[in-house]
Amino acid sequence: MNSFEYASPRTEEEAVALLSAHGGNTAVLAGGTDLFNLLRAGCITPSRVVDLKNIRSLQGVSATSRGVLIGALTTLDELLVHPLLKPYDSLAQIADGVHSIQIQSMGTLGGDLCLLPNCWYFRNGYGLLGMERGTSLPATGRNEFHAVLGNRGPAKFVSASRFAPALIAWGAVARIAGPEPGQVSELPLEYFFTSPKTADQGVTVLQPGQILTHVLIPDPVHDEVQSAAYEVLQMEGLDWPLASAAVCLANSAGVVREARIVLGHVAPTPWVSLDAAAALVGREIDETVAQAAGNAAVASATPLSENEYKVQIARTAVKRAILRAAGQLEGALS
Amino acid sequence: MAERKFSWPARSEATLIGKDIQRIDGVAKASGQAKYTADINTEGTLFARLLTSPHAAAKIKSIDVEQAKKMPGVRAIHLFKNEGDEIRWEGELLVAIAADRVELADDALKVVKVEYEELPFYVNEADIVRAAHADRTKGLGKNEKGDVDAALKTAAVVHRGYYGVSTISHMCLEPHGSHCQWDGDDLDVHLSTQNVSGTPGQFAEPLEIDASNVTVTSDYEGGGFGSKFAADEWGIACAKLSREAGKPVRLMLDRAAELKIAGTRPSGYADVTIAADSEGKIVAWDSVHWGTAGFGGGGVDVNQLPYPFDFENRRAAQIGISCNTGPNRAWRAPPHPQLCALTQTAMDDLAAKMKMGSYEFFEKNLAFALQDKGPVYAEQMKIAAKAIDWKAKWHPHGQGGKGPVKRGLGLALHRWGGGAGPCTCTVKVHQDGSVETFLGSQDIGTGTRTIIAITLAETFGLPLTGVKVNLGSSKYPQSGASGGSITVGGVSGANRRAAQTALWEIFDKVAEKYKLESADGLVAKGGDILKGKEKICTWKQACSLLGPMGLETKGESSQKTKDGLTSDQVGGVQMVDLSVDTETGLVRIHKFVCVQDCGLILDELTARSQVLGALIMGIAYSLS
Repeated sequence: MNSFEYASPRTEEEAVALLSAHGGNTAVLAGGTDLFNLLRAGCITPSRVVDLKNIRSLQGVSATSRGVLIGALTTLDELLVHPLLKPYDSLAQIADGVHSIQIQSMGTLGGDLCLLPNCWYFRNGYGLLGMERGTSLPATGRNEFHAVLGNRGPAKFVSASRFAPALIAWGAVARIAGPEPGQVSELPLEYFFTSPKTADQGVTVLQPGQILTHVLIPDPVHDEVQSAAYEVLQMEGLDWPLASAAVCLANSAGVVREARIVLGHVAPTPWVSLDAAAALVGREIDETVAQAAGNAAVASATPLSENEYKVQIARTAVKRAILRAAGQLEGALS
Repeated sequence: MAERKFSWPARSEATLIGKDIQRIDGVAKASGQAKYTADINTEGTLFARLLTSPHAAAKIKSIDVEQAKKMPGVRAIHLFKNEGDEIRWEGELLVAIAADRVELADDALKVVKVEYEELPFYVNEADIVRAAHADRTKGLGKNEKGDVDAALKTAAVVHRGYYGVSTISHMCLEPHGSHCQWDGDDLDVHLSTQNVSGTPGQFAEPLEIDASNVTVTSDYEGGGFGSKFAADEWGIACAKLSREAGKPVRLMLDRAAELKIAGTRPSGYADVTIAADSEGKIVAWDSVHWGTAGFGGGGVDVNQLPYPFDFENRRAAQIGISCNTGPNRAWRAPPHPQLCALTQTAMDDLAAKMKMGSYEFFEKNLAFALQDKGPVYAEQMKIAAKAIDWKAKWHPHGQGGKGPVKRGLGLALHRWGGGAGPCTCTVKVHQDGSVETFLGSQDIGTGTRTIIAITLAETFGLPLTGVKVNLGSSKYPQSGASGGSITVGGVSGANRRAAQTALWEIFDKVAEKYKLESADGLVAKGGDILKGKEKICTWKQACSLLGPMGLETKGESSQKTKDGLTSDQVGGVQMVDLSVDTETGLVRIHKFVCVQDCGLILDELTARSQVLGALIMGIAYSLS
């Protein structure tokens, strides 16, 4: 691990200033559940690590006139139990699915949304694109856990965030501070994630000196909204999903009026499937309809040499997230 | 005087044997007081880190460590490879650097310059066609009996299938490694090893010192599974670094190196044709199997397939695949897990094709069980079936439910040699009544220390706290490596013999002192020496008769020791009730039953733990 400066700011402004130094070669420490892995492996070599844990404004969950505001430092176990988040079933399901007390206790929502990929080429020093001498290693080598959608560009990894699909399905907004002190901006979380085209681009829109401070979940415009998530993991213990899906369904008289379906771990960014959503609108949910949405979600999949199985798993995740949201998953399996 | 024979007490009469006894070192381990090799940190210890090959096949054009030598804190550098040497698998060791701190050693490794000439490599262990095309296959023999071709022609049902289990890594919780410290020509090695008695010589030869100069110690160990019998090149390097630096050095493999070079279990893939008559009796087995044991090829022994059956007409052929991967090492009952999976999944598929129940199909073919174990397996199957409620839960193959989650039952049989491993020990009974034993065995995490304490305490009628177990040093009486499930048999037999020999001598002195007609009928129990219900004296009073030198006895065990204390050749049956989510691949186990020959159980808690560990490992095998 390279030597680095450590800074512990008390305010967002201080953090932004500290992160802007060293030409932006800085890193954010929140829960630290992944940062130290990256540092020890030499995947990142920041000159300064900025510890956000003492910035009070980044903590906690609060009700605002626009919706529920979640601080980036909110831990996963807080997401699981916070009363303001009770209506958001899909979030609790994701938090509950992180089968590690340590990560639930230490991991933060902001950290999850900013996670760097678990791609084994990246984690072994080949950069986000996994390039070696001009060759894409994920494209030509082992790729069983890589992307099956949105993988025609140079990025073949999958987005590591577990909460992004559920939050995007809820229409969440990202609040970003910096790069100038006091500067704040917002954008739909859907557009927070990027698929890098070059080795020096990142996986989010964050530029040097910027931090994700909060996520706002707007109050639903519909009265009757059902949400659910479904993750497929290879192992019951500490593991990353092979594929996941989160849905929000706005219903009226048992018929879906509006749907948002977002897949996770299948593409370099969380993957919003308009086709899957369209397959639900105007219909009553049953297994056939859910299956059709699942099929639509993966219709444009382009699996790599070793990960065709993920198409089936993503299809199933979508189907089961829909059935779970509609209260029909129990009994549909056996 | 009645004849004295080595024997175990009946379990019903035993005080400790067969009871639930917690590990005597459990608190030390849980509290961190127990020091593993990875914990040894004597004053001035340097820390070594390793540079390994990123290439699976390459020739080294140059290695330059000059800049590394000048890095802060660097005390010694060892080269495993030199210019012109060939790399045969990823992770091969290139350079070790010992420095004042781990981070400084890491920093120094970063400035080592290595130029490679990359060479073609092959790593696909499952694809026999590609392996042949890459000229990486080698025939490793055939094994044939009867007339397979004729039997296949006349069989009622023939099934052909492809089966396989991949290479898996040992992945010891405590990685391989050592701590080496010199005192003149004497070398003290703390080694994470399954082979305390057998490793001093492995250090001595390459270091050009006498084996008597080497002391290997392993007080506690975080698992070996068959991969820790050798000093290993990194162990020798640690000693060389220590000698060069004039300071103690600790060198443990990091997790990545542990995965790549410290041991794998060979893979086994098979193309199987199996046939039965109309009654379900297997009439032919015909298989070609392949796999890899690393660069050297090898794999699953052709002479043991099918398993654990010997059908009247059988033919097996083996092909080894040379992969550019780390070498294999012994792995829990080699290669029985692979043999079991290859044989019995094919048998079950044949049963399905015949629309026969798995239980009935296996039962019908027990006549072919090796070593005439059929009747034993039959009884074990009955016990297991009752425990898992086989009759109520069984449904024909393919009828596991309408939804995507299918539920079903499965069963398998196994066997293993076991028996008593080689062991010598010295038991000392002191004049004050304290007892200790010395043996160059090791506790690899399986409860060996506790088993020995139980054996001695039971024999002398003492509490567990009344005996002391000294193991884990090569300076103690020689004991075999801990592998092959022969350690408990070896150490308990040897200690029982030594203890009974001592006890008989003590009984003789008691009889003489207390003017008994003979020592016949004397027993040691509850800290006393009894004759019937009559207390003759206390244990301490008896031991006071030994004089200031106390008493020292030897005990031995080996596979040749046939006095009834240990036996071998065990078998077992396992049954499982599980569900498979056919849309996601998720497997959920509802119930898992193991019926196992155990022989004499010394510690039921440890025996149960062993069975549970085996079941968990079996789950990992089948899902990996």
